[in-house]
Amino acid sequence: MADPRSGVRINLYALTFRLPIIVWQFLFFIGPLLFMVAMTFFLVQNYRMEEAFVFKNWDRMLSRNFFWDSYVYTLTLASLTTVIATCIAFPASYALAFKTSEAVRRWAIFLLIIPFFTSYLVRTFSWFVILAESGVINAMLRTVGLGPYTMLNTAFGTVVGYLTLTLPLVVILQTFALSNVDRSLIQAAQNLGAPPLRTVFAVIIPAAKTGLIVAALFCFILSFGDFVAPYYLGGSKPPTLPILIIDTTKSGQQWPRAAVVAVIMMTTLITIAFTALWLAYRKRASR
Amino acid sequence: MKDNTALLWFLRSYIGVVFIFIFAPIFFSVIFSFNSDRFPTIPLGSFTLHWYETIIADPDVWAAVRTSLIVSVSTAILATLLGFATAYSDYRYTFRLKSAYLALVLLPPTIPLIIMALAMLAWFSRIGTSGQVYSIIIAHTVLTAPFAMAIIRLRLNQMDENLEAAAWNLGASEWRTMWHVIIPFCRPAIISALCLTAAVSFDEFAIAWFVSGLNKTVPVVILEVVQGNIDPRVNAIGTFVFFTSMTLVILAQLFFIGRAATRSHSG
Repeated sequence: MADPRSGVRINLYALTFRLPIIVWQFLFFIGPLLFMVAMTFFLVQNYRMEEAFVFKNWDRMLSRNFFWDSYVYTLTLASLTTVIATCIAFPASYALAFKTSEAVRRWAIFLLIIPFFTSYLVRTFSWFVILAESGVINAMLRTVGLGPYTMLNTAFGTVVGYLTLTLPLVVILQTFALSNVDRSLIQAAQNLGAPPLRTVFAVIIPAAKTGLIVAALFCFILSFGDFVAPYYLGGSKPPTLPILIIDTTKSGQQWPRAAVVAVIMMTTLITIAFTALWLAYRKRASR
Repeated sequence: MKDNTALLWFLRSYIGVVFIFIFAPIFFSVIFSFNSDRFPTIPLGSFTLHWYETIIADPDVWAAVRTSLIVSVSTAILATLLGFATAYSDYRYTFRLKSAYLALVLLPPTIPLIIMALAMLAWFSRIGTSGQVYSIIIAHTVLTAPFAMAIIRLRLNQMDENLEAAAWNLGASEWRTMWHVIIPFCRPAIISALCLTAAVSFDEFAIAWFVSGLNKTVPVVILEVVQGNIDPRVNAIGTFVFFTSMTLVILAQLFFIGRAATRSHSG
């Protein structure tokens, strides 16, 4: 009997499993994305979109200061959040990876997954109530005679929202990265007399580099694309790029211009992702 | 040694602080859903079920719950079917352009939702399927199929490579083997994938908001309530959504993730 595994040629059985996702993704994933790129060249006349090939939308968006303000602001806040999240998460991930038992680590990871399944909108709304001038934090500060502080409608509010979205994921990914570091490397460093901090910076971080960078990259992607935190907690002044997409799509019916913003966001993300992955997988120069 | 103990305690309390930051909004949302003040703060007002009563009496909320259930159940089934087929293809076959194939499958979750939302909205209006419940289902399936694929692929990794071949040698056809050997082996992962994809779909609001038209899902209703004003009904709906999703996640965990962990631990 012929071994079915030996046949390299395509048969009906293999196609049944391989083909559906290809068709599906081309129809509903690649199709929409390519159409969005094409749409940046379309015209809008009398609130109706017409297929065309003009650069008007690109001109319109790229020549406006508000677009560039928004671009720089989004990029800055997302980068800032990535740095903050990475720094805040690291000691926690380090402790989870090296200083806790297997059972505690598993529980911690399980707890960290929970936020992904609670509505991010509701959590943001909750922060709104916590951070408000008559909110929970200011009420607590008042008992010790401080405040009130304005935390809503500031960049601070936006970053708190971004961190709500990204911190659990960053801790999870960092913990995985650090758990995979070869323990004998750390043992060797300690045997050679390296103090703990030196071990962390000279041995552990370089060894876990790939995972740490991937965690930071996910943090950046999520913050860069989020509209909820900058809108509800940051007051949308200036609007971030996702808010710009929503405003342009929903109120102005200017889908092509929104598409321009989306394509620029994608280009930025792809550039940053490739740079990050290049850094992550680059072989260290031998010394 | 003394330094080490201090450091250990510092690190443990540090983990505690990070967890407090992560769970504070969830905690307060549940607390405030039972609090009588319109603008909740500390000290708390009195205990009330008023916000729950308001949402239960609201027909829009019920319509949204119905849409959400239809969407998340259909999404879960479609995404798990596609995810299973893809995971099996990846497990069993090597073929040309396989890395492109895998990239095509796994990329959607890395693209910002707001961009997917705009692209889907434009595409659906172009091909004339905009504003329908099935528009949301299609979009959510694209988004969640990679998760289903990943979970089932992990399970297939645990399968003895000779199991399938043994069934063939005993005279079973490929289809019979699929039905009687592979699918039963993957059952926990399949159930787990159904739960997780349903939970992701049940929570997703950006794409749903853009493509849903008048068929609002629960998160879209939340979004619109939040846009209006401070309204503690959000906490009540949110708490309801939280417990629905958590049930799904815990089911998924019981069926698969926990099992996989113990298995990999024991060898």
